Amino acid sequence: MSKLYSGAEIVFKCFEDQGVSHIFGYPGGAVLPIYDELKNFKSVKHILVRHEQGAGHAAEGYARSSGKPGVLLVTSGPGATNAVTALTDAYMDSVPLVCITGQVPTHLIGTDAFQECDTTGITRPCTKHNWLVKDINDLSKVIHKAFEVATTGRPGPVLVDIPKDIQFQKTKYKNYKKQKKLNGKSHNYFSQKNIDELIKLMKKAKKPIFYTGGGVINSGPKASELLRELVYATGFPITSTLQGLGSFPADDNQFLGMLGMHGTYEANNAMYSCDLMINIGARFDDRITGKIDEFSPKSKKVHIDIDPSSINKNVKVDLAIVGDVKSVITSTLKNLKKTKPGFAKSNKQRISKWWETIHKWRSKRSLDYIGSEETIKPQYAIERLYELTKNKDTYITTEVGQHQMWAAQHYKFNKPNRWMTSGGLGTMGYGLPAAVGVQVAHPNKLVIDIAGEASVLMTMQEMSTAVQYSLPIKIFILNNEYMGMVRQWQELLHDKNYSESYTAALPDFVKLAEAYGCVGIRAKRPEELDDKIIEMLNTDRPVIFDCMVDKQENCFPMIPSGKPHNQMLLGPKDQKEKKITRKGRTLV
Amino acid sequence: MANSKSAYSVAGKKQKLDTHIIVVWVDNEAGVLARVVGLFSGRGYNIESLAVAEIDQKMNISRITIVTTGTPQVIDQIKLQLKKLVPVHKVADFKREDKNVIFKEMALFKLVGSNNNLKKAFNACKKFNPIILDKTKNSNVIQITALRREIDGMSKNLRKFGLVSVSRTGAVAMTRGAEIFK
Repeated sequence: MSKLYSGAEIVFKCFEDQGVSHIFGYPGGAVLPIYDELKNFKSVKHILVRHEQGAGHAAEGYARSSGKPGVLLVTSGPGATNAVTALTDAYMDSVPLVCITGQVPTHLIGTDAFQECDTTGITRPCTKHNWLVKDINDLSKVIHKAFEVATTGRPGPVLVDIPKDIQFQKTKYKNYKKQKKLNGKSHNYFSQKNIDELIKLMKKAKKPIFYTGGGVINSGPKASELLRELVYATGFPITSTLQGLGSFPADDNQFLGMLGMHGTYEANNAMYSCDLMINIGARFDDRITGKIDEFSPKSKKVHIDIDPSSINKNVKVDLAIVGDVKSVITSTLKNLKKTKPGFAKSNKQRISKWWETIHKWRSKRSLDYIGSEETIKPQYAIERLYELTKNKDTYITTEVGQHQMWAAQHYKFNKPNRWMTSGGLGTMGYGLPAAVGVQVAHPNKLVIDIAGEASVLMTMQEMSTAVQYSLPIKIFILNNEYMGMVRQWQELLHDKNYSESYTAALPDFVKLAEAYGCVGIRAKRPEELDDKIIEMLNTDRPVIFDCMVDKQENCFPMIPSGKPHNQMLLGPKDQKEKKITRKGRTLV
Repeated sequence: MANSKSAYSVAGKKQKLDTHIIVVWVDNEAGVLARVVGLFSGRGYNIESLAVAEIDQKMNISRITIVTTGTPQVIDQIKLQLKKLVPVHKVADFKREDKNVIFKEMALFKLVGSNNNLKKAFNACKKFNPIILDKTKNSNVIQITALRREIDGMSKNLRKFGLVSVSRTGAVAMTRGAEIFK
């Protein structure tokens, strides 16, 4: 007779078979049997966080930087509800997570037992799917299915809720045979005709542009390589969403920078004026499109996406190609090379005028800012951080706000999976725990969380995790004492009524670092910045870097409320030249 | 236009709404109806009526019929979003005007009154396959099957004959002819 395993053991057997090496979690009453088994499964290392939201974001950072699903293990009730923000974040940004939650014993479900909540009910709208396991014989099947759902198609979070009595019950464990790579093939619904049509459009276009997103990154590193090949083979300009940064080298001449609300002048104008838009793995989010009715009015639009429900959701497109980015680009490249060898060269003439226009836009230098010798400008801080770290293989996470946009604008990413940020949900407090997860996945790499002082305080407790596991993450805080993005909107749109956006009584971040047992560094003046950053990089322990920056600086360029792409607000330098009055600014 | 003071774009033009009948085949498991209904409420879609029951006990399949209104874009989204749910097998979509599809709802009417009135009420129902399910000296329970607006009409008309209670189902649908939806 084959051996009987308890439900708790089966959880770990499944983890082993799925190749899980790290889980992020926090113990509690309803998951104690699982924690009891931890000692018997040496291949799975548990990272103890300080709050379940931290476990979720750490698992996200782990997943995004490694391409493997992130796993978290939390208890029932508050453990599960605390994880909800991270699950929703992962759902919005298509990050594969498997969340295991404990639940009160089956006979107590529905009785308002201690630490009971309707976990599957609460997480239904923020997971791809979830399961409440009420029969021990379903457990292994459900966990394996959970990993499959999380990682195939458009990735996302899943949750398995396991009552405590199920964790004790015993049954046989059937060995799991991993199916051959399901991802990709089974989600490709495009035909040769689609590809032919795309190539026809590409040949005809006079003002083409690639608009790429997180789907390229989710399709794996190979997809980013193929994207580069495609962009070079066509000679077309390319812009990227926030989540797509890194899939195409930011310092390449064909790259126009990020688009959208805080995107570059050239990227947004090119999107507005193009005659062919090829969307690869992006979803026409409202931060990208601005006013839908006036979004890129004269273009033919192509949308390549693995998720059929993304097609025509926000913007009607002329050609939809449903499939994995990697497969679609492979197919496109093959056909392009066959039908039009040397396309980039032969097509150069056709799009040369377009490039001229783009160069004109580019000469606006929309990311420029007015430097200062008195205070550290936040953009300058990011620029210096980039210059001093660009030769290392650096992983950057961020919180949410102005610092996030400045990081996206001024830090140049050249590789995929190096940029972890909360885009869809915009979760303040994402970056620090995410950095913990990234560092766990890449113990020998440099991991920096570019943070704002308000965001980072939301999950500051995870510094304790970083110290416990000797994870030398660097928390680079652009400290302006304001919730900067809130302050910016209040300045521009609410008549400078800075309602509750100033944080009085901030902690002393250097002392806070010391209290956690890590290193605190503070920079106040531009001339000391480089030395201090180098000091941070040379520190082999977690660091909190308190970079005191200009308190009034705004993030430009910017597409204001309900405006199309060609009506951007440029920075103060440009505004001075154009003599836009303060009144005019608040009117937009 | 007034300054919106919002980071979001303003709502676009309103489009014409169509009524559709969406039929969903799902695994009959715990929470599946909540998933389908939650998708509608979470994304702001409208449900006019809903009918659900298991149709295949061996395969454990339930059939959900939902009457909804929306712009063509919204109807498309409803179908695509439903197809993404793990327990959903297939999704069919019919326009209410579609001549190739039969739609039926069932209603139970309880009438209390004189014999004369009860008789009049039964006659008024004649067109809609009336069946008397229960009969006493001064009351009747009548079952009819008809379209939504016909039942709407009947529940108004029967008031004068002593209608005291109405119970009705959501619409169910079936295609005409030998074909089945795959």
